[in-house]
Amino acid sequence: MSTTTSRLRLYRFASPATFYPLAGKLVPWFAAVAAILAAWGLWLGMLRAPTDATQGDAYRIIFIHVPAAWMSMLLYVVMAFWAAVGWAFNARLASVVARAIAPTGAMFTFLALWTGALWGKPTWGTWWVWDARLTSELILLFLYAGYLALVSAIDDPRRADRAGALLAIVGSVNVPIIYFSVVWWNTLHQGASVSPAAAPKMAAIMLQAMLLMTLAFWAYAFAVIFVRARAIALERDNDASWAGAAVGRAHPQSEATT
Amino acid sequence: MNEIADGSLEQMLLVPDARLAIAAAKAASHWLVTGLPLVVVAPVFGLMFDMSGEAIAALVASLVLGTPVLSLLGGLGAALTLGLRSGAVLLILIIVPLCIPALIFGAGAVAAVDAGQSARGHYSLLGAVVIFTAVLAPIATAAALRIATE
Amino acid sequence: MIWKSASEFFAMGGYGTYVWGAYIVTAACMAIEPIAVALRHRRVRRELAAEEQRR
Repeated sequence: MSTTTSRLRLYRFASPATFYPLAGKLVPWFAAVAAILAAWGLWLGMLRAPTDATQGDAYRIIFIHVPAAWMSMLLYVVMAFWAAVGWAFNARLASVVARAIAPTGAMFTFLALWTGALWGKPTWGTWWVWDARLTSELILLFLYAGYLALVSAIDDPRRADRAGALLAIVGSVNVPIIYFSVVWWNTLHQGASVSPAAAPKMAAIMLQAMLLMTLAFWAYAFAVIFVRARAIALERDNDASWAGAAVGRAHPQSEATT
Repeated sequence: MNEIADGSLEQMLLVPDARLAIAAAKAASHWLVTGLPLVVVAPVFGLMFDMSGEAIAALVASLVLGTPVLSLLGGLGAALTLGLRSGAVLLILIIVPLCIPALIFGAGAVAAVDAGQSARGHYSLLGAVVIFTAVLAPIATAAALRIATE
Repeated sequence: MIWKSASEFFAMGGYGTYVWGAYIVTAACMAIEPIAVALRHRRVRRELAAEEQRR
């Protein structure tokens, strides 16, 4: 009996009716955590960390560039995972979450490229170089764009979910290939590309600030993705009883208005 | 793909377990029409651009290895976007990022040979990409066909 | 604080354009995105509530 109840309890979270209010309660907490960690990280990184000997103060872009880049990659993998779950188990909510992740992941990819270019110009003298790392981040942006374009182009939501899942999975196979090609590409053209991350061991305070900002971005992503997932869940299930109840509960005065 | 418009694709898919064979066959026929001519014509272009004999050989070899990847991935993209209005632009957006590793290693092989260096690393990586794609792309394409038609 | 004045902070050792160019765009994106998403959610709720009423 206990195994059935524990299995049941897990599957409860797979239902939009449970997810919707739970996500709603968590969003403010994630937002608060994001704000606090970001304030702390920026205080350390922008006001307390010393100027770098080689790069001057231009290095301070690292506190948003690295977190954005890490989030862009992490979110893609997470998106592909939930899309796959949604496909394999026919779990609509998982597909909804995957769709909710994509725009945020794409945004972080864009920010990684943007902040990277602004960091590269003063330090390497160029906005862009077809270095393996930059190229793979640009490819990631295309992977997100392809996923978003594909799911928007398909009218039937379930076909869109499955096609998107397949594309996301294929794309995520591509990602480690690209990442390993970074290593192989560099060794094939020894010394041809200069790694921007070849800075000597970071001062502890810089590392701390960077980690705080990464956690802040992660909490931010949770908050935004949960809100978007709630919106998408409502949009898709708009004739389901849970949706009406979820909306009705927050608008008790709707009966009084005409 | 006009086949979905005239219903012949659905006819083909009526055959049990046909999807994988259709995916493989379509990729192969696409390569015969696009990749193979490119491979045949490439030496001519190589001569036009004053490439050395070894560089031309590298070009042909990398095209022989790389163009099947493009055909295989093109089949996947086409299956995913089957019947959609946005067609070509969407297809390109989907396929381009997936083709990049093959393009990088193929172009790298030619560049290496042109610079007098060994292209062996590039070829092995390109070869790995081809094998990987040849095995997995038809399966993915078959799955995409099922998604698009059920 | 390692900065001796506000103008020093904004100058960022001469790299101000780059550093602030990066930070401002990042802040803008991370402000606009939550607002846009919240508005989308609010719109769906409003439309749903209106539909619920009609039933």
